[in-house]
Amino acid sequence: MPKHLINPDHWIDRYSDYLFNFTISRVSDREISKDLVQDTFFAGLKSMKNFKGEASERTWLISILKRKIIDHYRKINSKKGQAEVRMTYNTNEDEGDWLEERVADPFDKTAQDTLENEELGDAIYSCLEKLPEKQAIVFKMKTIEGLETEAICNELNITPSNLWVIVHRARTAMAECMEKTWFN
Amino acid sequence: MKKRFLFISFKEAQHICDKAQYDEATGWEKTKLMMRYAWCRITRAYVQRNSKLSDSVKTSKLNCLNATERHHIKAQFDKELTKQER
Repeated sequence: MPKHLINPDHWIDRYSDYLFNFTISRVSDREISKDLVQDTFFAGLKSMKNFKGEASERTWLISILKRKIIDHYRKINSKKGQAEVRMTYNTNEDEGDWLEERVADPFDKTAQDTLENEELGDAIYSCLEKLPEKQAIVFKMKTIEGLETEAICNELNITPSNLWVIVHRARTAMAECMEKTWFN
Repeated sequence: MKKRFLFISFKEAQHICDKAQYDEATGWEKTKLMMRYAWCRITRAYVQRNSKLSDSVKTSKLNCLNATERHHIKAQFDKELTKQER
């Protein structure tokens, strides 16, 4: 009997944010990240019968997403190659470093920082997955998206006092979970 | 009455502390929280744990989809799922 079962009905609610966060930290573009996440879910649906249940659904989806990200970079690099060919034949000397400047990483991040932030992000998302759905939604909207109380209340059709009760429960559960998995 | 004006319950302290994580607590509320923080060990523990959680989320620079984006992906996915089930 497989250790893990597959159920695509809850993929979007449970994993879309985790996959999106994973992608955006690698491609640094919101639109491309959304497309890659969507492609991942579609590819997951198509290859559902290959899911053996040895790894969790999330791990399995991440392995598909990783391939999608690699494909994305391959595509970019092949375009870059074409651009380089064009640049080689360009006689304007001023444009020599154009491609390098475009490709250069604009963020001054060390690999260590990025890795630590990513592990911390994983720990937070793992704890979020354990919360009841409503608490997870409210926590994400309030804490990660940074939305105003009024906006969340309108979106979810709840009162501000109801929102703060949910926020309190979510924060308490998150802090407990993070204490077990990360803080200590 | 005066005592009630100055001192708050632990439940109120938790509520103010939660609001303070999102800069939604007023100066007066923060003062009342600090008064309780000074003498109540449980409040101190709650504030510290709550702040630690906020710092972690901030440090991790997490991203997530907004509601519209999630709805859009879900709608597309549901279409695909229906096709597959046929």
